[in-house]
Amino acid sequence: MASAARQTGPDLFADYRLDPGVADELFDASGQMRPVWRRFVERFARLTPAEVAARFERGNQYLRDAGVFFRQYSNDPLTEREWPLSHIPVILHETEWDQICAGLTQRADLLEAVMADLYGPGRLVSEGHLPAELIAGSRQWLRPMVGVPPRGGHYLHFMAFEIGRSPDGSWFVLGDRTQAPSGAGFALENRMATGRIFPERFPRAHIHRLAGFFQGYRTALARLSRGATGEARTAAILTPGPSNDTYYEHTYIARYLGLSLLEGEDLLVENGQAMVRTIEGPKPLGALWRRIDAGFADPLEFDPTSQIGTPGLMEAVRAGNLAMVNAFGSGVLEMRALMAFLPRISEVLAGQPLSMPNIATWWCGGAAERAYVEANAERMMIGSAYAVDLPFDLGATTALGGRFRGTARESIAEWLASEGAQLVGQEAVTLSTTPAWVERDGPGPEGSTAADGHLMPCPMTVRVFAARTAQGWSFMKGGYARIGRSGDTTALAMQRGGAVADVWIVSDRPVPVQTLAPAPAADGAFHRAAPGILPARAADNLYWLGRYVERTEDAIRLIRAYHLRLAATDNPADPRLRLLRAFLGGYGYDLDQPVPAALIGRIEMARACAAKVRDRFSTDGWAALKDLDRTARQMTRTARPGDDAARAMSVLVRKITGFSGLVHENMYRFEGWRFLSLGRKVERADALCALLHAFAAPEAPGGSLDLAVEVGDSVITHQRRYRVETSRDTVVDLLALDSDNPRAILFQLREMRDLAAGLPNAYDTGRLGPLLRAIVPLDAGLSVAAPSEITSARLLELRAALAEISDLIGAAYLR
Amino acid sequence: MLYDITLQIDYAYAAPSDRLRNLLRLLPPDLPGVQQVLRRQLAIEPAPDERRDSLDFFGNAMTSVVWHRPVEAVGLHLGARIERSAPPRGLDLSPPLAKLGAEIAAVHSLGPAAPQHFLGASPRVAPLPEITAFARERVTPAMTTIAAIETLGRALHKAMRFDAEATTVDTTPAEAFAARHGVCQDFAHVMIAALRGIGVPAGYVSGFLRTFPPPGQPRLEGADAMHAWVRAWAGAETGWIEFDPTNDQRAGADYITVAVGRDYADVAPVLGVMRSSGGQESRQAVDVEPLEG
Repeated sequence: MASAARQTGPDLFADYRLDPGVADELFDASGQMRPVWRRFVERFARLTPAEVAARFERGNQYLRDAGVFFRQYSNDPLTEREWPLSHIPVILHETEWDQICAGLTQRADLLEAVMADLYGPGRLVSEGHLPAELIAGSRQWLRPMVGVPPRGGHYLHFMAFEIGRSPDGSWFVLGDRTQAPSGAGFALENRMATGRIFPERFPRAHIHRLAGFFQGYRTALARLSRGATGEARTAAILTPGPSNDTYYEHTYIARYLGLSLLEGEDLLVENGQAMVRTIEGPKPLGALWRRIDAGFADPLEFDPTSQIGTPGLMEAVRAGNLAMVNAFGSGVLEMRALMAFLPRISEVLAGQPLSMPNIATWWCGGAAERAYVEANAERMMIGSAYAVDLPFDLGATTALGGRFRGTARESIAEWLASEGAQLVGQEAVTLSTTPAWVERDGPGPEGSTAADGHLMPCPMTVRVFAARTAQGWSFMKGGYARIGRSGDTTALAMQRGGAVADVWIVSDRPVPVQTLAPAPAADGAFHRAAPGILPARAADNLYWLGRYVERTEDAIRLIRAYHLRLAATDNPADPRLRLLRAFLGGYGYDLDQPVPAALIGRIEMARACAAKVRDRFSTDGWAALKDLDRTARQMTRTARPGDDAARAMSVLVRKITGFSGLVHENMYRFEGWRFLSLGRKVERADALCALLHAFAAPEAPGGSLDLAVEVGDSVITHQRRYRVETSRDTVVDLLALDSDNPRAILFQLREMRDLAAGLPNAYDTGRLGPLLRAIVPLDAGLSVAAPSEITSARLLELRAALAEISDLIGAAYLR
Repeated sequence: MLYDITLQIDYAYAAPSDRLRNLLRLLPPDLPGVQQVLRRQLAIEPAPDERRDSLDFFGNAMTSVVWHRPVEAVGLHLGARIERSAPPRGLDLSPPLAKLGAEIAAVHSLGPAAPQHFLGASPRVAPLPEITAFARERVTPAMTTIAAIETLGRALHKAMRFDAEATTVDTTPAEAFAARHGVCQDFAHVMIAALRGIGVPAGYVSGFLRTFPPPGQPRLEGADAMHAWVRAWAGAETGWIEFDPTNDQRAGADYITVAVGRDYADVAPVLGVMRSSGGQESRQAVDVEPLEG
C-alpha cells in the first residue's frame, strides 16, 4: 500500500505488465521507455500520491466548474454523467503524428472522391468496384442529393478518424466519421483540464496547441459561407438541441468559435435561400456546420417524422445557396462495409494503395468473402454491413470470435447464408495500450482520483480531426483518446465504462504559441468584430429566463415573509398570514410545504430556458442556476415551517440574486442582454402591481404595508426617505412612483423604455415604434401621478398594459 | 385510352404558422410507350409565393410550394388529359425465381430503374418474417418471376379484405397484414414486402384508376380517390411489370401513373401537412373520365 510520505516513483510501474502480443505507447518491445515519454514520466514520478490526487482533483474541478458533462440516453432524458477523464495524457512525437496525418490526408481525399462519385457519375458502381445493392440499400445514401453539386465544390469539410495501433507498431483506421463528427470540443476541454493537472512550463512549452487548428477551420467556414458576390453571410452550428448526448459540446464549440448555435426551428428557407429567424427578421445563412444527422434535417425530403428539422433545407442546398459541413448524405461513407472496398477503390480512383490501412473488412454479400468470414469466424467481429457506429460501440457487433452476443441464432453459417449481403466480418483487432491511473483493485481508469492508484496499461484508440482549409486538409495537433479497461486489448474493451484522455503531440523544441485571436488586419489597425446575430428563439428564451428568474425571486421573498411572520406569531390564523396564503395560493404555491413544489417548478422553468441558451452566458451563471436548483431541491427535504424555512428562503434569495448579479455584471450589453433585462423589468413591474394591489389595498389587514415594503426589499429606503410609519401614500410613492428606487414600477418603466429604444426597429421612420408607443404613456402617466391616484383599478389597468407590452415584444422580435 | 382526369385535394390547418411549405407529387408524367400527357395543370389556392417544379430521384414530377404568410386552408386542383395504353404483354421470358438473384447482381447501376433500390428495407416497408412466410408457401423456385408476382398478388387479394375505414395513411404493412384488411396502400405495401421477402425487387406506384367501368363490368375498388399498386422487376429481359393486388390484375389501360418509388414515403402526394395536429382536415375527390369507347 502506498503512503502519503513515500514517493510514487519506485513502484510507479510495479504493476505495469506488458502483454507480449500488444504494442504499448510508453514502452517499446524491448521494455525501454520511449523517449517521447521520458521527461513527463520523470516529473510525474516525483509526485507523492497525495500530490497526484490533488492534481487530478484540480482537473476534475475544472471540468465540473466548466459544466462539462456527457448526456446519456436513458429513461430519464436529463441524465448527466460526469466527464470520464483519464488524467494521464497519451503522448506522441510530432514526427509520428505527421506520418499519421499524411496517411489520413490521402484517406480524406479518397473519401471526398468516393462521395463525389456516389452522388455523381456512379462510376464505382457501374464499373463493378462497389456493389449497387450495398449503396442502394444504405439508409445513409440520400437520393435527393444525387446530381446536386455541393456549394463550394466539396462535400467534406470536417472529419474525424478513429485510429488504433497494431502489435507491429503501425497505425490503422477503425472508422471514418463523416456525418457529424463529435469530440473536437471535448478535445479542447480535455486539454484545459490537463493544463490544470500538469501546469509546468515543461512539458507544456513542447506540446502543440490546438487553437491553430480551430483558427484555420473558422477562417475556412467564413470563406465557405460567403455569398455570390463575396459578401459575408452567417455561418452557424446546427444542433439537434439540448436532449442530444453531445449538446454540451455544441454550446462549447459555438462559444469558442464565435458561431451562432441554431436549431431547426431557427431556420426557414425562402426563394431557395436558407435564412435565420432573428429579432431583426430573416437573415441569409451561408454555411451550416451540422451536428444533426442529415435524415432529420428536412422533414419534406428526408425523414417526414423529424420534429427537429427545417422544411426546405434540402431545397436551399439544391439551389446551391447553402454550404453544408458536411454535405447531406456523407453518412454513407461511415457504412462499415465500405471499408471492404476502399483499398481497391484507392487504386482505382487515386492510382495508389492506402498508405494507412483500415481495419480488415469483408462484405458477406460476395460468396468468396462469405466463405472466408465463415472459415475464420473465430477471429472476426461480425455485424451489420450498414452500421455506421465504430466497431467497439455497443450493439454494433453481433458475433465475436465465433460466438453470438445476446441473440438466439442457430449458427454463424446459417446466418451468413441467409443475410450475407447485410453483414460484414471485421478482423478482431488488437489495440495498443497506454498508461492510465487505475485505482487499486478498481476496474478501469474512470474516476481515478484516489491517491491509492497505480499506472496500468489500458487499450486505447485516438480520434483525429481534420478540417478542409484553403491550403488543404488541416489536422488538429492533438486529439481525443478513448481508453478502455485494463486486461483486454480487443477493440471491444472500449465498449463501456471507458474513459477519455488528452493527446499530446510533442516536439523536440518549444512550439509557437497560438490563440484563437484573429490575425491583425492588413492596415495594422484594431478591428472590432460585430456581435453575431441573435436568433429569435434565443431571444425568446432569454426574455423568459429573465421573467422566470424575477418571478422566482419574488416568490421566494413572499414565502420568506410568510415564514418570518409565522415564526413571530405562531398563529396561522393571523390575518396577514391568511392574506399571504391567499395571494401565493393564487399562483399555485402551497404554503403548507416549507419549500413549495411550485417554487421548484419555477426554478425548473428558468433552468429550462437557460439550458437552451447556454452558449450565450457564462459558465459561472449556469453553475449558479444549477446550484440554486440543487439547493432548493435539498431544502424540500429538510426545511421546517417558521424560522427554519425563512432562513432557507434567505439562502435562496442570496443564490438567485447571485445569479442575477453574475448576468447583470458580466453579460455583454448587446441584444441578448436587452431581452433578458426586458423580461426582468416586465416581470418586476407586474409583480409590484400585484403586490400593491393585494397589500396596499384599503381593506388589507394591519401590517400589510410593512409586508409590501419588506417584499419590495425597500425597508431601509423607506426609513430614510419618509422617517415615519408606513402609510398607503408612502408605500405607493416608494414602490410605484419613485423613479430612483430600483424596486418601483416607474423605475421599471424607465428601464423598459431605454431597453426598447435600443432594439432593432424601435422607431418607425422617425416616429416611435409600437413597443415604445405602448411604454412611453405608462411612464408619463406614473411620472405625474400622485400616490392617491394609484388606485386598485389603476393597478389592474397597469397589469393589463404590461401584458400587452409583453405580447408586443413577442410579436415583434421573438418569432 | 384517352382520359380526362380531375383531382381536388383540400386541407386545412387548425393553427396556421407564419409560413407554410408543401411538397407535392401530383403531376402525371410521360412514360414512353405507355402514357402520354396531352395536358396537365396543377392549380393551387391560395396562390403560393413560390412554386418550383423539378424531378425527383425516381423521375417523378415534384412541385415545391411556399407561402410567405399564414395559410389556413389549401386547395389543390389537378386537371389532366392523358393517353394511356396497356403495356405490351408478350411471352413470359422472365427467369425462374431461383435465377433472378443472379440477374439482379448483374445490374451495375444506381440509376432510378435499377432493381437494387427495391430489394431491402425502405422507409415504410421492411421485410417481415410472417409476410415472407406467406409468400414462400405460395411460390416455388422454379416458377417464373412473372408467375410468382401474379400468384402472390392473387393470393393477397384473396387473403385480404378491402376496407376503406379500417386503416389510415400511417398503418404499417405488419398491422394491415395481421388484420388482413386495408385500402390500396395497404395491399400494395404488403405485396411489396412479400415480393422483397422472396427476392423480387418491388416498388410502389401512385396514380388513378378509371372511375367509370366499361359497360357490363363492376366498378373497381379504390376508384374514388388516388389509387396505388405495385411494380416489380421480372428480370433483365422483362424489366418492370405492374400489378394491382387490390383488384387482382395487371395494371393496364385503366391505370394512370402519377409517381413511382420504393413505398408510399417516396410518392406521398402532399407533404408538409402536419399529421400530428388533430385539428387538420383533408378531403380528396377524383374523377377519371374516359373520352372514347
